[in-house]
Amino acid sequence: MLQILHNINVDWMGKRAIAYTISGVCVLISIVSLLVHGGPRYGVDFTGGTLVEVAVIPAPSADNVRHAMDASGIQGAEIQRVPSSGSFLIRMGVGQGGADPAKTVREALQSNLQGSEVKIRSVEGVGPRVGGELRGAAVKAVLLALGLILVYVAIRYDWRYSFGAVAALFHDVFIAFGAVSLTNRELTLTVVAALLTIAGFSINDTIVVFDRIRERKQALRKEAPEKVMNLAVNETLSRTVITSLTVTLTVLALFIFGGEVIHDFSFTMLVGVVFGTYSSVYVASALALDTQLWLERQGKKK
Amino acid sequence: MTKSDQRKFLFTLAGVAVCIYTLWPTFQFYALSPAKRQEVLQARPASATNEEERQRLQKMADLRDKSIKLGLDLQGGMSLLLEVDKTKLGPAEAKNAVDQAMQIIRNRIDQFGVAEPSIQKQGDNRILVQLPGLLDQGRAKELIGQTALLEFKLVKSDEEQRAILDRLDKHFALRMGAAATGGATAADSLVRPLTSRFLSVGQAGESFVLSENVAAVEAMIDQVRADSSFVLDGTFAWEAHLTEREGRSGRVFQVLTKDPLMQGKDVQSAQMRLDLDEQRPGAPGVSFTLTSRGGATFADVTGANVGRRLAIVLDSRVQSAPNINERIPRGQGSITGSFTEEEAQNLAIVLRSGALPAPVMIIEERTVDPSLGQDSIQKGLMAGAIGAGAVVLFMLVYYRLSGAVAVMALILNILGLLACMAGFHATLTLPGIAGIVLTIGMAVDANVLVFERIREELRNKKTVLAAIEQGYARAYRTIVDANVTTLLSALALMWFGTGPVRGFAVTLSIGLIINMITAVGVSKMIFDAWSLRRKVNSISI
Repeated sequence: MLQILHNINVDWMGKRAIAYTISGVCVLISIVSLLVHGGPRYGVDFTGGTLVEVAVIPAPSADNVRHAMDASGIQGAEIQRVPSSGSFLIRMGVGQGGADPAKTVREALQSNLQGSEVKIRSVEGVGPRVGGELRGAAVKAVLLALGLILVYVAIRYDWRYSFGAVAALFHDVFIAFGAVSLTNRELTLTVVAALLTIAGFSINDTIVVFDRIRERKQALRKEAPEKVMNLAVNETLSRTVITSLTVTLTVLALFIFGGEVIHDFSFTMLVGVVFGTYSSVYVASALALDTQLWLERQGKKK
Repeated sequence: MTKSDQRKFLFTLAGVAVCIYTLWPTFQFYALSPAKRQEVLQARPASATNEEERQRLQKMADLRDKSIKLGLDLQGGMSLLLEVDKTKLGPAEAKNAVDQAMQIIRNRIDQFGVAEPSIQKQGDNRILVQLPGLLDQGRAKELIGQTALLEFKLVKSDEEQRAILDRLDKHFALRMGAAATGGATAADSLVRPLTSRFLSVGQAGESFVLSENVAAVEAMIDQVRADSSFVLDGTFAWEAHLTEREGRSGRVFQVLTKDPLMQGKDVQSAQMRLDLDEQRPGAPGVSFTLTSRGGATFADVTGANVGRRLAIVLDSRVQSAPNINERIPRGQGSITGSFTEEEAQNLAIVLRSGALPAPVMIIEERTVDPSLGQDSIQKGLMAGAIGAGAVVLFMLVYYRLSGAVAVMALILNILGLLACMAGFHATLTLPGIAGIVLTIGMAVDANVLVFERIREELRNKKTVLAAIEQGYARAYRTIVDANVTTLLSALALMWFGTGPVRGFAVTLSIGLIINMITAVGVSKMIFDAWSLRRKVNSISI
């Protein structure tokens, strides 16, 4: 039988200070990145505006495209080249480009890049009010998901555990969120979808470990909680790693082969899955342990 | 096999049969050649001329409706979210405005010839229009957004026009206050703030404003319109297109009677024609026939006003204002102007399908070119195949025969997922494909949990049978817990998400629910069947 990570006996809990440091640094990097970038870089889904993807043959430089747009009176449009397809993403603010921004872009490029073939590949136009609504809906969805998960974990487990579980979940989602900001990606609807999926995945991993902790605690009442947790983490480690591996394999396939449209989605998932695995071992269990120890100390003081 | 095992087996078999049956139209549909598929997409049994044809088209339509549909992001097309502006309607009108608007938009789109348009009401005052595979976005947007409020109004006589414009001049001069006291020496622009910007005032039934002054005049007119204390016997309208007078470009500005003589609802039919304007043969225009009631009014109005001009106003813009040469008895008329052929065609369509009860604004647009959609399908399938292949390979290598059982469960899971999508008429989007791929990665988790548990039990020197029993029993609770939490976040996503993102939540949720059946139930059944037939001393896990 082919086995990895069998019969390991690592003192995870003893080294939790290291994990806290790593997590702290990652969260800090995320915060700094968000501060430096002035908050998340919202996509047109949330700000309103128009995003036009256009293929131009023969391919001009981004500067040429910018000049062509400026020349036709659309100032300050954001131009970005899509490396995988060689097309350009042109982002305009609300009201820029008139009633039909796609047509405006096509005409601007056709008249200023003589002899080029211009093809509109996609258009996303969102009115300012719809943008605001989608932003509100995204926030509500995230809060709803976190609320539901919190309630479920609180019902199924000791509330002391749910603190660790939810902290781990915030940790994973926030670091993935930070990674989006750090790599200067836009926060779009699909990225929010990825963040919510990470929330589900993160808690899933944590629950497997917690289930085992509970099972072991019943059998080993006299053991120190630290020891019980180490045992549970070690016993579930192979499963944690294997599941993360299979999920990572599929997400990686999406990231590499899935194309530009879901690139940001798969990137966010990838970061989330990696940190989700790490956090279920460390952040969740370690925090659950510390909560428990702290409560015991409080109890003795009285 | 025990009785209960047999039942389970038959149940599974029946489930698989139902899945395949549900998916069969989808197989058939996507096995067709692209051209044939297009034909099936566009089949409309109602358009058939004979019974045989109708049956043939009905078959095609059934095939289309029973197969999994591709979202606009995959097949290409346009999705528009429209908002009906009800602010200017009374409560009674507002009540039905959205439904009326939907009906009219549907009529217009039907005449445009789009395969399978979808028009849905969203919330209180919104309409979601989805046009798959449509290429000419600009034209469709024009067609949908045009209010098409057609009105016939008499043009005021030159004297009347001048009198009204004079009143406006005085009004603005007064508002400018002190400057106007300069009397004759004051600049023209202060005495006649409005008409000094005109090239001509009230001549031959029109005034002319130079291009550079149009915006300023428009702003002043808007002020007057907004001022409810300022009552005028007439309304203002611009001509739809820029023209030239004395070699200078500008816009014709007209003063019309306030109330329309007739409206678009009096139009019975309309066609684009190329032979309407004698001076410009081949210039596109629209000829229309009025209803009998409209025709009678038209005859009266034209009879009483021979020699005056009649303005044909579309969405507050004067399309043309021909002279009334004689009484027009039979309700036949035409609209000419500087139309392109396409514009004339659109106008004919919107006249036939009626005016929108209120202005409609496009507040969200998502368009994907079919080539990008095709690209997304290929890449999505490629990523799915590679991801699934890697997972399958890993399971087979790591868990050997048991891995094969897990892979079998996985195949049934995906089969069930696709069948559910076909059965519920769900739409497959690119994020939806991502959801399926992700399901593949997450679904094996249940089997991994079970197998790791069985291995543990074996290590604890349990017999194979006991290990299997214990493995499943102990892992089950964890599997449910773990799936429920992911489901909760998927549900939140389904609740708030739109279009493609909701597609992701749908595939992920269905996948996870089926996973709890296949990964635990079906794989256990296979183990049971296998272990009962022989004396089991070892297990390939």
